[in-house]
Order: sequence, then C-alpha cells, then structure tokens
Amino acid sequence: MGLDKPYAEIPGTTVFDADQARIGYGLNQFCMSLMRPENRERFLADERAYLDEWDMTEDQRQGVLDRDLNRLIALGGNIYMLAKIGASEGKSYLEIVSSMVPESEDEYREMMLAGGRSPEGGRHAAGRAPEA
Amino acid sequence: MARITASVYTSHVPATGVAMDRGRTGEPYWRPLFAGYEASREWISANPPDVVVLVYNDHANAIGLDMIPTFAIGTAARFPVADEGWGPRPVPEVVGHAGLAAHMTQSIIQQDFDLTIANRLPVDHGLTVPLSLMFGQPDRWPCAVVPVAVNVIQYPVPSGRRCLGLGRAIRRAVESFDDDLDVHAWGTGGMSHQLQGPRAGLINRAWDNAFLDRLVADPEGLACVPHVEYVREAGSEGIELVMWLVARGAMADLAGGPPPQVVHRFYHVPASNTAVGHLVLQEAA
Repeated sequence: MGLDKPYAEIPGTTVFDADQARIGYGLNQFCMSLMRPENRERFLADERAYLDEWDMTEDQRQGVLDRDLNRLIALGGNIYMLAKIGASEGKSYLEIVSSMVPESEDEYREMMLAGGRSPEGGRHAAGRAPEA
Repeated sequence: MARITASVYTSHVPATGVAMDRGRTGEPYWRPLFAGYEASREWISANPPDVVVLVYNDHANAIGLDMIPTFAIGTAARFPVADEGWGPRPVPEVVGHAGLAAHMTQSIIQQDFDLTIANRLPVDHGLTVPLSLMFGQPDRWPCAVVPVAVNVIQYPVPSGRRCLGLGRAIRRAVESFDDDLDVHAWGTGGMSHQLQGPRAGLINRAWDNAFLDRLVADPEGLACVPHVEYVREAGSEGIELVMWLVARGAMADLAGGPPPQVVHRFYHVPASNTAVGHLVLQEAA
C-alpha cells in the first residue's frame, strides 16, 4: 500500500514529500552548494561545467539552464533550495516565484497588491470535489 | 524561577527584513505593514523579555537535506547570521541562553519530545526577521534567544497537536528553571502563502483570520486541523503556521490557568508573496 497523499490532487501545487525529496536529492544538493560565494561565482562563470560536477539527471541540468522552476519542482526540487539559483543572480523571491505562475511578473505583482490569488476554484482538481 | 510572560506570533517574510535593512520601511508599499508593528514595539519596550524561545523554521540554510530534524533546540551561546545566498543580513549575531537551553533540552526530552540538539546553528530570516520586526535595528539584540527549529520543509511536518504539546512541554521546562527570568514564546511563519507552482501567490484572508480567532479562543480545536487543510486553504508554504501552535501551547490556559489577554492583532496583504499576520498575547496579571 502506498503512502496516503490527500494533497496530491490540489491543482498547481507540489508538496515536497519523501518521494519528491528522493528524486530531487542531487538537484537540491547542487542548489545548496550555491550558498557559498565562491560556488556562486563558479556556477555563473560556466553553468554547464558546474552542473556536470553534480549527481543530477540531464533533465534536471537542463531545467536549471532554462530556469524552468515548474519543471524543476516536478523533478524533485524544493523551492527554498531552487531559490538559491535566483539568489545567485540577485533575484528577489517575488521575481523567482512569479516565474512559475500564468501571469507576467508585473501582473503577478499587481495581483498580490490586490489581495493575492483567490483560493476559489483552486482547492480541488477539476471534477474531484465541488467547491464549498 | 523562570516564567512565561507572553507569546508573540508573526510572519517572517524575508522581504520585510530587506525593507528594514535597506531603509525602505517608509515607502508606500511598506508603510502600512510596519505601522502594524508599532504597538508591539511599544509594548515590548515596556515588557522586555530576558529570553525569547523563538520557534521558527530554517529555509534550507543551516538545515539542508543531509539531516532533517523535526524539532531542534539551539543550545549554543551564540548563533551567527546565515548567508542564504544573497549574503548575510546586516543584523547583530544572536546571543543564546545556553543554561536555559540545556535545562530545556533535558526537561523536554524527558517529556518524550525527541529534540535534536544543535550546538552549531546559523540562523536565517525565519529567526532574524521576527527580532527585527519587534526590536527594530539595535546594535545588539536586547534579549537572549533559545531557537527552536521545526521542520516545515520536507513533508510531513509535525502535526498541530504535536506542536501544541511541545509548547506545553516548553512551558513546564521554563517554569522548572531556577533563574529569575521573564521568557516569551514566539511562533513565527505564515500566514497564507504559496511560493511554488502555478497556484503561487495564493492568499486566503478569511482562512487566515479564522486561524487567528481560533488561535486565541480555541487552540486545542485548531490543533486538530489536518495538514491537507493548511496546504489547500493557506498554500503549500502556509503550513508554517503549525509553528504558531508551539508558542500557543506554552501559555497558562493550556495548563489549567486563565486565558491570555490579546495585546495586539494585525493582518496585512501583501508582503512580497505572503499574507502577514501578527498577534501578541500576554498572560493574565
């Protein structure tokens, strides 16, 4: 019997659970290495070469090169670890987070000022359960 | 004897730290948020703690994936400020209370909470932003801090009931320490926010405010809320709110005493990607 994952149906949301942590371990360890200034410099100087030093899948390496955070989340990345890629480039959390949403960065900023994304319609996968 | 005198609850959004560090708190975006902490700063200057037991989570800075303690206590004399990837925040190092922390460690483990003991713990924005929000920008922090780090990064995080129970154990530990100390319990993180995926930016004002209501009036009922409700209603990172239950569990009413007094309550959207909530509860005189 598999683990009970009642959160798996929530749309647009990936919970960093034990399975995600397992497939993302190498990717996340690469991200953690960027906490050291000398590693940030080496990564930015030659991203491909730096990524090749880490035990990651080719998909994960390409996701980093493309800064495709939704892909990297699916491949086991954790957002606080992935944020260190953006931090290396001086990006804020808002810039990093807004790269994953359907809105543009400006639209996202405006949406947050207007009170954020409504939970309405985003609680359950389509067809799974009615909104209260 | 040491005693718990109050509990403080606040979000610990990193951007609020940046706003203070760069002198931007007077800008139109930030002014309403910092105005919400003015009453608390006045209150804490009149009711200064000797020690804050500060419940927070590390955000993949001191604690990566090498080892992931569910609950850890910082027993060091000093805690350096972490470099999270942007360089360390320009804030004072955090001074611990190694004597109280050693006592708490022994007491709490003997109450069946299997704490991890952290003697080397760089502290990130989860711990330093609440200090800045409450104390501003002093040259040194005006109190000692015993960090209590909770895993809310890799699921499953501890349950609400477990967090409330840890708070109760913290209260018993503090109250059995011989030194004459006024101790605060602080719970940090939240409120609603989601930092990943297409649903990022989620804010749930109604759920957050119901959480604040229940934290004051019905903490035991609130502690039964399952994780999936936090994720669904308050976003994947809103699950940080379980940490508020640790601080709440340390108050007298959960040990048969009178209910606390609400000194201050504040709610604001947005700070960067996040809803900000803040509550100060003081023990009845």
